[in-house]
Amino acid sequence: MKPILCVNIGKLRLKNPVIVASGTFGYADEFKGFVDLKKIGGIVSKTITLSPRKGNPPPRTCETPAGMLNSIGLENPGVEVFIKEKLPILKKIGVPVIVSIASEGDPREFVALAKQLDKIKDIVAIELNISCPNVVSRLASQPVNQLASEPVNQLAGLIGTPANRHTGTLISQDSSSTYALVKAVRKVTKKTLITKLSPNVTDITEIAMAAEKAGSDAVSLINTLIGMSIDAETKRPKLAVITGGLSGPAIKPIALRMVWEVYQKVKIPIIGMGGIMDTQDAREFFLAGATAIAVGTANFVNPRVSIEIIEGIKKYLRENKIKDIKTFIGGLKL
Amino acid sequence: MIFQTKAKLIKNIAVTPKCYKILLLCPQIAKNANPGQFVEIKISDGFEPFLRRPLSIHNVVSQFPPEADQPLAEAGKPVSRYAAIEILYRVIGKGTKLLSEKKPGELLDIIGPLGNSFNLSTTHYPLSAILVAGGIGVAPLFFLAEKLKQDYPLSAIRYPLVLIGAKTENEVFCKKEFEKIGCDVKIATDDGSRGFKGRVMDLLGNILRATHDAQRTTIYSCGPRPMLKEISRISKEYNIPAQISLEEHMACGIGACLGCVVETKQGYKRVCKEGPVFDADEIIWE
Ligand SMILES: Cc1cc2nc3c(=O)[nH]c(=O)nc-3n(C[C@H](O)[C@H](O)[C@H](O)COP(=O)(O)OP(=O)(O)OC[C@H]3O[C@@H](n4cnc5c(N)ncnc54)[C@H](O)[C@@H]3O)c2cc1C
Ligand SMILES: Cc1cc2nc3c(=O)[nH]c(=O)nc-3n(C[C@H](O)[C@H](O)[C@H](O)COP(=O)(O)O)c2cc1C
Ligand code: FES
Repeated sequence: MKPILCVNIGKLRLKNPVIVASGTFGYADEFKGFVDLKKIGGIVSKTITLSPRKGNPPPRTCETPAGMLNSIGLENPGVEVFIKEKLPILKKIGVPVIVSIASEGDPREFVALAKQLDKIKDIVAIELNISCPNVVSRLASQPVNQLASEPVNQLAGLIGTPANRHTGTLISQDSSSTYALVKAVRKVTKKTLITKLSPNVTDITEIAMAAEKAGSDAVSLINTLIGMSIDAETKRPKLAVITGGLSGPAIKPIALRMVWEVYQKVKIPIIGMGGIMDTQDAREFFLAGATAIAVGTANFVNPRVSIEIIEGIKKYLRENKIKDIKTFIGGLKL
Repeated sequence: MIFQTKAKLIKNIAVTPKCYKILLLCPQIAKNANPGQFVEIKISDGFEPFLRRPLSIHNVVSQFPPEADQPLAEAGKPVSRYAAIEILYRVIGKGTKLLSEKKPGELLDIIGPLGNSFNLSTTHYPLSAILVAGGIGVAPLFFLAEKLKQDYPLSAIRYPLVLIGAKTENEVFCKKEFEKIGCDVKIATDDGSRGFKGRVMDLLGNILRATHDAQRTTIYSCGPRPMLKEISRISKEYNIPAQISLEEHMACGIGACLGCVVETKQGYKRVCKEGPVFDADEIIWE
């Protein structure tokens, strides 16, 4: 028996439900040669911005118990160079390319980017990274009261005006901002839209529902949790910008909880991620309600892990006589 | 070409109480390695430590010591040329501590060879190369010395001059090994317990001052950042090219995470991909 692995995310059909997460797979060429890229279900690019972006000063990473912190700060060559130099490489692999986009403060950049990418046939879906914590962390040295006294980032009002980037609020931390942004992008593209959510919120389901209502085809969660690490000897923070995003097995229980919560509140597919290291972790996310899963930090530890998980899922389904992965999704027993 | 492989540990011996030499059977990596490149080693099967550890290739070994016969025979591999790599490492934290406890016969998941390598073609003719090592920074320079010896005919070579700097006498690594392959070795120790008393950069300065054709030299260096910064200054002062090997904290080691960048005149570059070897005048020192 050959189990059916394909799943649908909006109009996008994935031959298997295992994709690689934004920012953890470069532009894929780094893995060429020793990872069989053709087998991967889909590749999400590193987040792209309108202009080239230098990123944060080093050190940008630091190991933590069962995980790591990063403060890359969305370093990327900008959309023009991406389209000219990186996209052809991604396209050649022959697996669906999902392009992750973000603004550098002005939310209109999301709309401009989506418009530009909408014209490109080789891009099958757009992921809205409204949840990168590393723009906020640049502001970490500012007094907290100053941050708090600034007006909350009301994105609805901000579309059409430059955003106040000093609020330190992520779009995905506010449901009306999320709604306004997704809605605005939805207007300019028919491509599959995925909204990537932040775990740094009180109630992630509110944000997920706002994205769904605004026309997002799927939600992807979770992005990293804001964390910090200190060198007790030197008394200095281990990251140059003080705080960064926590990822890896350390965040898996939180990610699973959030996928489970969101699964009960929205109808659109969920791409689950956060600390997935092997097939068993992946199965847990499917049980919690994820239609597809994304492998992130694990790619650094074992570059071949996504392929191993695909093989592992196939084997599991075969051995347990499950004909179709779709019947396994959300199968948590209570 | 990058390989991910399970390398059989052939031996892992203490050179000093805090410093070890490990020999790993990995013919593909060994065959493709160039001086300056490194490998990423998965230290444990669990999550502690979580990330791989980057370590330079110290030497490529094709002839094995007798005590290595047993694990080699077990591995069922023909003892081919360029079959193993040697790594010289200092125990500084939990990863290197665990590595030092690994036993012959164990398999280690390693990825390599990674990064760029020292550029030998910039070396002037007749060859004059000065290798400057600070502490454990000798690690990649030994492989470089071997390669220089291999690539340049004896008649044309002024054997590389190797300057080794250390805090104290018993932290001087590899002096004999360098001499064995024909290098001229000079030592500098902070406490003067051996050789020149003072910093290895000052020893280098003294030597260059006394050399009339200093411009025909290339400096290759690896060591702590302040030392490399000083090397960079010296290379400017004497107008000599210097290639330096940098370290930065790494998550992936293969260029995917953008975590290991260093500031250069052309913007941020990845130490694991565009480096670890850089032209000294390229780096912007803070
Ligand atoms: C390209 C490259 C080549 C290297 N070659 C050698 C070598 O040949 N011999 C040798 O002894 N050491 C070498 N190092 C340094 C070596 O990687 C660190 O000593 C080692 O990672 C420390 O791990 P730990 O768990 O023992 O220490 P911990 O302090 O517990 O490590 C914590 C984290 O910090 C990172 N880290 C700590 N020190 C360094 C460092 N100096 N550079 C980069 N990351 C660091 C670790 O990888 C780990 O992620 C090299 C580093 C790089 C980047
Ligand atoms: C080094 C690094 C860089 C990342 N860059 C991005 C990014 O550019 N865009 C994005 O949406 N998420 C980014 N992420 C978040 C991951 O895509 C993922 O959501 C998160 O790491 C949780 O999954 P994991 O624990 O499997 O890594 C990054 C994560 C890491 C570790
Ligand atoms: S360590 Fe990931 S890019 Fe260098």
